[in-house]
Amino acid sequence: MPVGKAYVESVQEKAEAAKDKKAAFGPDIDLARYSGHIERGKIESLESLAAQAKEAAIMTGISLEEEQRAGSFLQVDQSVVYESLNKAYEGQLEIMSTTDALDKYDGLEEYFWKSVPVDQDKYTAQAALNMTHGYFIRVFPNQKPQYPVQSCLLVAENYISQNVHNIIIVEEGAELQVITGCTLSKSDAEGIHLGISEFYVKKGGKLFFTMIHNWADNFHVRPRTWAIIEEEGSFVSNYVLLKPVKSIQAFPVAYLKGDRASAKFNTVVYGLKNSYIDLGSRIILEGRETRGESVARTIAADESVIYSRGDLIAKTKEFCIAHLDCRGIIFSPRADIHAIPQLISHGARKAELSHEASIGPIAEEQVEYLMSRGISKDDAISVITSGFLNLDIPYIPEFLDKNIKEVIRATSQDAL
Amino acid sequence: MQDMLRVENLWVSVDGRQVLKGVTFSMDYGEINVLFGPNGAGKTTFMMTLMGFPKYKIEQGKIYFKGVDVTDRDLFERARLGLGISFQRPPTVKGVTLRKMIEIISNNGSNDEDIRTMIDQLNLAGHLQRGLNDGFSGGEMKRSELLQLMVQQPELVLIDEPESGVDIENISLVGQAINSLIGKDKVKDPKRGALIITHTGYILDFVNADKGYIVFDGVFVCRGNPRDILAEIKKHGYRRCAECR
Repeated sequence: MPVGKAYVESVQEKAEAAKDKKAAFGPDIDLARYSGHIERGKIESLESLAAQAKEAAIMTGISLEEEQRAGSFLQVDQSVVYESLNKAYEGQLEIMSTTDALDKYDGLEEYFWKSVPVDQDKYTAQAALNMTHGYFIRVFPNQKPQYPVQSCLLVAENYISQNVHNIIIVEEGAELQVITGCTLSKSDAEGIHLGISEFYVKKGGKLFFTMIHNWADNFHVRPRTWAIIEEEGSFVSNYVLLKPVKSIQAFPVAYLKGDRASAKFNTVVYGLKNSYIDLGSRIILEGRETRGESVARTIAADESVIYSRGDLIAKTKEFCIAHLDCRGIIFSPRADIHAIPQLISHGARKAELSHEASIGPIAEEQVEYLMSRGISKDDAISVITSGFLNLDIPYIPEFLDKNIKEVIRATSQDAL
Repeated sequence: MQDMLRVENLWVSVDGRQVLKGVTFSMDYGEINVLFGPNGAGKTTFMMTLMGFPKYKIEQGKIYFKGVDVTDRDLFERARLGLGISFQRPPTVKGVTLRKMIEIISNNGSNDEDIRTMIDQLNLAGHLQRGLNDGFSGGEMKRSELLQLMVQQPELVLIDEPESGVDIENISLVGQAINSLIGKDKVKDPKRGALIITHTGYILDFVNADKGYIVFDGVFVCRGNPRDILAEIKKHGYRRCAECR
């Protein structure tokens, strides 16, 4: 049975009321500009994608051969063109579009717009009023698929708004790894990607989520993500942005609802050209003995502007602990980094919240140290920069890992 | 045969303060020399200047290494020519693991099996995945420095206070590593040399040093048998030794 009509109507009503509401952060975007619509047909396999789309997908960690993958999901513009589940994992998890899931399961009312506020801003409102699919992934109780699910949300057309609503449910005792790539196959495309993501990690569950964003100079991005983690659940989120973007603003939330729940955010951002980047993470510690960590590494080159935010909010009256580590390197005299850590304790007298934040050039003494070992200055800077960004993401194809490091190396040298 | 290292009338300032005041020094291939002196005398400044760190400004004088004038050569070039340094307090480089560092240095040609042996010899297998010097104890830092040098294989090794922060058990390990760097089992490689800074002299129990020097107030004031010099320092102090030229 599908999600109830009354419920959907109430969501739409709230959305309607918020459709002009400006977001708290980031430049305001005129969504009327991106009203294009295009339907695309299904494809038989990822290998049958057009060449440019293939390349774009590969560069976000997608395996076209689906090797070492539990399942795959691909959306191009506003159409789901491919979804598959590796036969070896049938009975362990399910993958489908969110539209199909909403049609199939009325119980999804518990997970659909239940964490991300539909009236948060005009972007959430737009995603609710004009939803264009997104992925639904659920791993069943106590199942622990060996390999990750991969998903790719790709934009191939100009002037569209890709409004996805993604739901991931990790049932009790289950574990799931997800690699998501969001990208463009048309490098000069103008448009916007609105991504609503709601993650529900049940008791003892683990979700390991990696997102690689590859956008371009004329594209706007506004993801809104909430993860609700129950008792002894754990959520790890890795985020990588190494290409230019017109503007991106996101402030994902991990809500540690259950006792002994934990969350970790790792964010790696390289600001290039005129990119406007406003990214952060918020961890709310409500359960007893909850733990959170947020690590952000940013490099600002060219004329980029980076806001690196981090909130740790303690609500429990019992012990909890969280740490925020936010470091930036400025490569260009025309670039900006704003590091904005925030610790909030709501009467949480036993909470231990801490942060360290720094912005600075690459430490000369570190460069010289490496040079004293016979490493050239350029190579020393490249090694230190790569190490600073510390990209060690499991299940990323080796060539992509190398490519990311090569991008950093070349960009570091250009920035010198 | 030319000297391995020759320094002529070297004047060096650091952050606008004159530290070295006309140092003239030379050493042959195959020599192990030891520098003594109080804190602030200029010993570390001398080593860092030899190595080519930019903060150490040469105002006058020349440095020749293997007959090549390296006075104006940068740090990387001098390392490539065959100079190497073990820092007293190396910087921490988080994000660059010891393993990564060894891999990069060893691209200059060291053999994998040899490297594994060195790692075991220095008891550093458990540190390879850690950031360089990140949370390392004094002894671990010293061993990490020596491991890097053993892979780098410099011809002239500059070692700044190898015993500081090292417990008695590990000094022997450090001593053995230094011997590996400059030759095997105290039979020195005639092509290699070492310059070692020490306060305590413990390292003399492990390496066959040829000469000792006292550095005092930016000049080299005394030269002789290193053990004799150490005994004099212990008996009379640096100042008295400096006065007895």
